[in-house]
Amino acid sequence: MTIDKEVDLPEIGARGLARFAWRQLTSMRTALILLMLMAIASIPGSLLPQRNQNPMAVREYFENDPELAKWIDRFSGFDVFSAPWFSAIYILLFISLIGCVLPRTFEHLKLVRAKPPVTPKNLQKLQGYTTFAGQGDELTRAQEFFKKNHFRIRVQDGSISAEKGYLRESGNLLFHLSLILILVGVSIGSLFGMRGDAIIVTGERFINLATSYDSITYGKLTNERSLNTFSVRLNQFVAQYDPRTNSPLDYSAFVTTEDESGKLVERVIKVNSPLTFGSSRVYLQANGYAPVVTVRDEIGNVNFQGPVTFLPQDSNLRSIGSIKVPEASPQLGFVSSFVPTYQRDPEAGAVSVYPELLKPRLLFSIWEGDLGLDTGVPQSIYKIDTTTMTRIALDSLSPGERYEFTGGSITFEKVEPWINLAVVRDPGKSYSLIGGILALAGLLASLFGFRRRIWVRVLSDGQVEIAGLAKNNAAALDIQLEKFVGVLRGDK
Amino acid sequence: MTQTTWAYLSNNFVYSAMGVFALTFLVHAFETAWAVKVPAGTTDTQKMDYTKAEKAARIGTSLMILAFILLFGGVVSRGLANGHVPWGNMYEFSITGALAFTGAYLIALRKHDLRWLGLFVSLAALLTVGTAVTLLYRDSAPLVPALNSPWLIIHVIAAIISGGVFLFSNVIAGAYLYLDSRERGSGRPVWATRLPSLEVLDQLSYRLVAFVFPLWTFSVIAGAIWAESAWGRYWGWDPKETWAFITWVAYAAYLHARVTIGWKGRRAAWLCLFAGSTFLFNYVYVNVWGTGKHTYSGL
Repeated sequence: MTIDKEVDLPEIGARGLARFAWRQLTSMRTALILLMLMAIASIPGSLLPQRNQNPMAVREYFENDPELAKWIDRFSGFDVFSAPWFSAIYILLFISLIGCVLPRTFEHLKLVRAKPPVTPKNLQKLQGYTTFAGQGDELTRAQEFFKKNHFRIRVQDGSISAEKGYLRESGNLLFHLSLILILVGVSIGSLFGMRGDAIIVTGERFINLATSYDSITYGKLTNERSLNTFSVRLNQFVAQYDPRTNSPLDYSAFVTTEDESGKLVERVIKVNSPLTFGSSRVYLQANGYAPVVTVRDEIGNVNFQGPVTFLPQDSNLRSIGSIKVPEASPQLGFVSSFVPTYQRDPEAGAVSVYPELLKPRLLFSIWEGDLGLDTGVPQSIYKIDTTTMTRIALDSLSPGERYEFTGGSITFEKVEPWINLAVVRDPGKSYSLIGGILALAGLLASLFGFRRRIWVRVLSDGQVEIAGLAKNNAAALDIQLEKFVGVLRGDK
Repeated sequence: MTQTTWAYLSNNFVYSAMGVFALTFLVHAFETAWAVKVPAGTTDTQKMDYTKAEKAARIGTSLMILAFILLFGGVVSRGLANGHVPWGNMYEFSITGALAFTGAYLIALRKHDLRWLGLFVSLAALLTVGTAVTLLYRDSAPLVPALNSPWLIIHVIAAIISGGVFLFSNVIAGAYLYLDSRERGSGRPVWATRLPSLEVLDQLSYRLVAFVFPLWTFSVIAGAIWAESAWGRYWGWDPKETWAFITWVAYAAYLHARVTIGWKGRRAAWLCLFAGSTFLFNYVYVNVWGTGKHTYSGL
């Protein structure tokens, strides 16, 4: 015989489902799993080259294994930290933390204001039970002791319960709330911040306008109108090197700055000491050499004159660059390299053996034809596409020298250093810093704080009973109990 | 004294420390393998003769202290040769790391009798300093401009001490796992009979982590503050930063697992080993093969 009865499934409905999902998401276990997931998700970002850190290496990856690179790119493997899946983990963690910590904070606040629980009937079974014959004023003295040691107390008829040590849970909550604050700081920074790079050659002035930058990125909720007014003029750049190891000792950029008020100030930028203009900071990020050249046509008209920034290739600042002269007809291009201290190597050709300008030399090959500047395709300022050009000459020059070729001449006037300034605005960083410091304080409190209760009762015959309870540091409670008993007994 | 003399002195100190570490290792090896006399026909640990082992352990500890002092001299004179704190390259990190690791052992020794770990500690220190001297050695050199900041001292010393203690707690977790598996099988080997109980080891490795986790957190924060003033961002997912974060999360998970979920014993020891290995990976992989802003010329 079968019972023909429809099974009643409880109606969950959309609201129930949402509540279930919320509870799942905000459980501590989920928060922990998400944190672990974020750690795991960041691993590929440390093993694969990242576009925002090393675009050259990414390009190389595409050249060496285009098929694999394409697949990696499909999963944002070269932009892990801005990938949708990384953001998804990060946002879920954010929500989960809030959902996990906020209710606990309210609960804790309620608990802190509540009085400690009443004295249990049986104190014998508790920690450090002591009993002795009292003189009658023990409860008053106990109250004094508790007050002095910042216990919360509940005075009852013939007994006192005292409790202390919410620091542990307070620290724990503070730590987790601070993590949220750090995440808030990160978000503000990425929404309202900006970062840009600009190369300036000695003698040039950088003005904080969108057009002055070689590259600039804005947060999602900000734009070029948010740039504040200031300018930086590079007067001199000094790089010191260690003659034993050729490694750099110090970089100093001597600049004249002008802020909103129009006041001119002489300042120095170093690698670890940026300039600050309101919310923006200006960093010295890189440097190199810019040969100053003049290119003339065959009757002596100047077709090009000025410094050309070259890109350093090694620690001795062998640099590559290109001099493009679209005004010449046909157009001219100088595929060049520059060495600050020239030496001829039998295998590598021209090399630099020291990063300072001891024996500077500009090496170039001259190409004639179409530079391709009008094609609309963005070009590297350091390279020339020579596919539609023909090489007409090859030579090298020292400063002050001139080389003549069919159709004109090139003069290598002098060399000026250039520096790369990074301008950064991150309005969220102070939140993250405060969050970091509070997190540390909370962490210390939660690791070293401990919660304990002490009870004292005076029986009708004058006998005094004392006992305590500690959740996680029984040894420390014993010490305090001993002291307490000493005080009540009147030991000095 | 000139910088060259200091550098020369530093090398001599480091070489001597290596020699003494090797001796320490031999003494502890003797202590572990041969010094316990087992009277014939008994396995009762109460009846074993520990006098020789005790003597060997005392000699081993004295040698370890000597090696520590020599290595300390090596690190300090290296700093004097450089004209700055000796944390500019991997050679210098390694000798300082070995110093912190040995120091963690010697400090823990004041509270717990951990001399049975001397065998492992001396070997680890010997290998670390040996690798530093043979593969990672670089002549004393000035700091590159990016490192020239007071944060170098604060950030790096916190990181080195954290690393030393993390790895030391890993050693104890490893010992826990080994002894645990022996106890499940044929019982502890003779030399290990007087080692602390599994509970003590379990607690000790937890306490070391709980003690040093705030320091590691501080090191990461200090690094972030420094990065803000040197590179214009406090966090950029540079490989070293990423792995520091991973280590932090792994140890946070370990502490959570112990405190909130109540993990202990084998599972906790494995988690501890995992977390420690992320630190080691960060040190070895990111410095040697990695790219990013934490790799400076010549390791």
